[in-house]
Amino acid sequence: MSVELNHLLKSAAKGLISRREFIGRASALGVSAAMAGTLLTTAAKAEEPKKGGLLRAGMSGGESTNSLDPALAASEVPFMVNLLWGDTLVDVNEKGEIVHRLAEEVSSNADATEWKFKIRAGVKFHNGADVTPDDVIATLKRHTDEKSQSGALGIVKGIAEMTAEGDTVTLKLAAGNADLPFLMADYHLIIQPGGGVDAPDAGIGAGPYKVVVNEPGVRHTFEKFADHWDKDLGHADQVEIIVINDNTARTAALQAGQVHMINKIDPKIIDLLKGAPGMSIESVAGRGHYVFIMHCDKAPFDNNDLRMSLKLAINRKEMVEKILGGLGSVGNDFPINAAYPLFDDTIPQREYDPVKAAEYYKKSGHDGSPIVLQVANGAFPGAIEAAQLFQQSANAAGIPLEIKREPDDGYWSNVWNVAPFCASYWGGRPVQDQMYSTAYLSTADWNDTKFKDPHFDEVLIAARAELDQTKRKAMYSELANILRDTGGLICPMFNDFVAAKRDEVGGWFADPNGEMMNGRALAKCWLNA
Amino acid sequence: MHPVVKLVTQRIALGLLLLLAVSALIFFGVAALPGDTAQAMLGQSATPEALANLREKLGLNEPIVWRYLHWLGGFLTGDLGVSLANGQDIAKSVGQRLGNTLFLASCSAVIAVPLAITLGLIAARYNGRWPDKLISGVTLATISLPEFVAGYIVMYFLAVRWHIFLPTSLVFSSMGFLERLQAIALPVIVLVMVVLAHMMRMTRAAILNVMESAYIETAELKGLSPIKVIWRHAFPNAIAPVVNVVMLNLAYLVVGVVVVEVVFAYSGMGQFLVDSVTKRDMPVVLACGMIFAAIYIGLNIVADVVSILTNPRLRHPK
Repeated sequence: MSVELNHLLKSAAKGLISRREFIGRASALGVSAAMAGTLLTTAAKAEEPKKGGLLRAGMSGGESTNSLDPALAASEVPFMVNLLWGDTLVDVNEKGEIVHRLAEEVSSNADATEWKFKIRAGVKFHNGADVTPDDVIATLKRHTDEKSQSGALGIVKGIAEMTAEGDTVTLKLAAGNADLPFLMADYHLIIQPGGGVDAPDAGIGAGPYKVVVNEPGVRHTFEKFADHWDKDLGHADQVEIIVINDNTARTAALQAGQVHMINKIDPKIIDLLKGAPGMSIESVAGRGHYVFIMHCDKAPFDNNDLRMSLKLAINRKEMVEKILGGLGSVGNDFPINAAYPLFDDTIPQREYDPVKAAEYYKKSGHDGSPIVLQVANGAFPGAIEAAQLFQQSANAAGIPLEIKREPDDGYWSNVWNVAPFCASYWGGRPVQDQMYSTAYLSTADWNDTKFKDPHFDEVLIAARAELDQTKRKAMYSELANILRDTGGLICPMFNDFVAAKRDEVGGWFADPNGEMMNGRALAKCWLNA
Repeated sequence: MHPVVKLVTQRIALGLLLLLAVSALIFFGVAALPGDTAQAMLGQSATPEALANLREKLGLNEPIVWRYLHWLGGFLTGDLGVSLANGQDIAKSVGQRLGNTLFLASCSAVIAVPLAITLGLIAARYNGRWPDKLISGVTLATISLPEFVAGYIVMYFLAVRWHIFLPTSLVFSSMGFLERLQAIALPVIVLVMVVLAHMMRMTRAAILNVMESAYIETAELKGLSPIKVIWRHAFPNAIAPVVNVVMLNLAYLVVGVVVVEVVFAYSGMGQFLVDSVTKRDMPVVLACGMIFAAIYIGLNIVADVVSILTNPRLRHPK
């Protein structure tokens, strides 16, 4: 079959082009209408999940120091690995709605201070034990424990009391939080037997696949867990993750067919890959953003006019084109974009304006000494180049921006949250409250712009317990405007998650929550051999 | 005591002392790097609370000298400890990776060493003529390519274009020997390309040096064929420098191939060491460092001893 016809068939099967359009375009390739009809039916059938086979992913973001303990997951491979063997209470789907996983019902009282999670009956861990409310509580306790080093510690801190009764777990919060289910979807909060207290890295959970081989930084293999409750997950008999941190090697492995999907495509080579046969680029707009952060409490950045001049001196469109290869969108100096529920799209877009930037710069009364921006490529891919673009556009406005290159090694401990002006990256959060609470509340541990505004805090906390969505949206819009006009965040761009897969992989869809279909690509896709 | 035995004992004792010094150097060197294991592990997501908890758990609050002595005690009794980062047994994970590294190194050496020496002999035999120029030209070209470029080139042609080998060299314990050989074909090709020139040039130079001597002229005048002159008379006297270079290259094949490992996603010691340094995982860094140092020192002792054994003047000191 010709390449064009094959491509047409796939588009038609996925519903990207209509049946009529398919038949029309197929006949232009010399295929009779009857023949085209038959082909289309076959192709559509091919989109039914196929069972069996070995599905392989080649991934960057794995190190030999990785652990199976979900509390310690911080990079891409553990994120994906843990979601294969484990499962969370709830999940967030591609439309931003809560999907019930181990909890089959979620409800709250009127002021969102008390939440009930009904645990699904008959769900088994890989060791044969049932998933019980006690396991859920033990898991949450392990992550909230004062001694915990869990990445989810900040998320679960607000839970004041946990009780199990029958098949239901009740969580009482210190203050109302309408978004609690979204917090429970965090990938660290994987329910483990006995909370994983005895063996946090045992890799025993209630996920669709059982761990077979765990060689951190090399490969992770899994086989299907026969007793898994959800028949919509886990189509392949075996799945495997091969850690290939080198960009070129990962791409070559996909092209040669050694793996079926890869994460993190280098924007620089996207144009080259678009023409490659047998594979497709899968890009989805996410919530991650590449940023430059200023400490609002340190000179010269304690002057809002100076901050504003820098915000006006960055060319966002150019950065999206050159740093992200067009696969991303411009930011607006607050950490929220259209991928979030309750996003206000009427807030005007800030543009590059060297004249205004120069005005603000003059108004700030800065003494003309160089403004030093500390950068390493470890902050985000292309950070050095982005800083250079920033330098050029700022210099054009007469702002003496200087770049200081830092080593990748130790960047997050020595520069980020320490230096007054540096490059950084935020992965985004499922809901606005969590993003603002993590990094912009006065008391937040990760308040990396040292932004402290009592009014902002007040509105943020009030919005958290507000169940009226219209009012809530207005509150978030106010927060966005405060940050945009007075914050220490320069947000030039939101990056897309860019993955690639081979054509024989079926079932792929775009999920803005995280890369590789929010970490579940291997469980949700199948092989059309 | 036979002078050779005495010499070997001396060298080994010196080597052990050197190892001790290396261990201290690595330990305090890694400790002097900014940031500690706890910070490196938690990365951007480090809250002060989580950091304090993790430091306490990992025992990072103990004085550094005490931690070093503690580690040394364990090391001397054969206990490498567990990784700070993921709690895995170091002896086990290092063992597997060391096996992989040695496998790759020996496969490359088995091809590269005889090939380099043969090419060196041929180049010396046809000194200044086209075979010499061809051999020198090609090997110098391959050594001049950075390893990753060579890696990408062979990967592009042999894996992506022609599908002869797989692009990444995934090996695991359940693999058969032949499967393993096939998996590591690409990195072996690259490593051979990288080490060939050095050994070839040294063989050629050492032999040409000896060829100037009077006794070679005698051998030629006896009417021996040129190859026989080189093989029987010149080569034995050129072994010492050749062995030295061979050992240096073997050491490189074991300790210096991290770039090739990364390009082919091969799970050897190099990548393991780099990951561990990034995470400041001291026990693993030390274990890897000690193994690397031991191999380096060991191969150098072998080179010394071999050069002495092949040199009658050193073998029988007056």
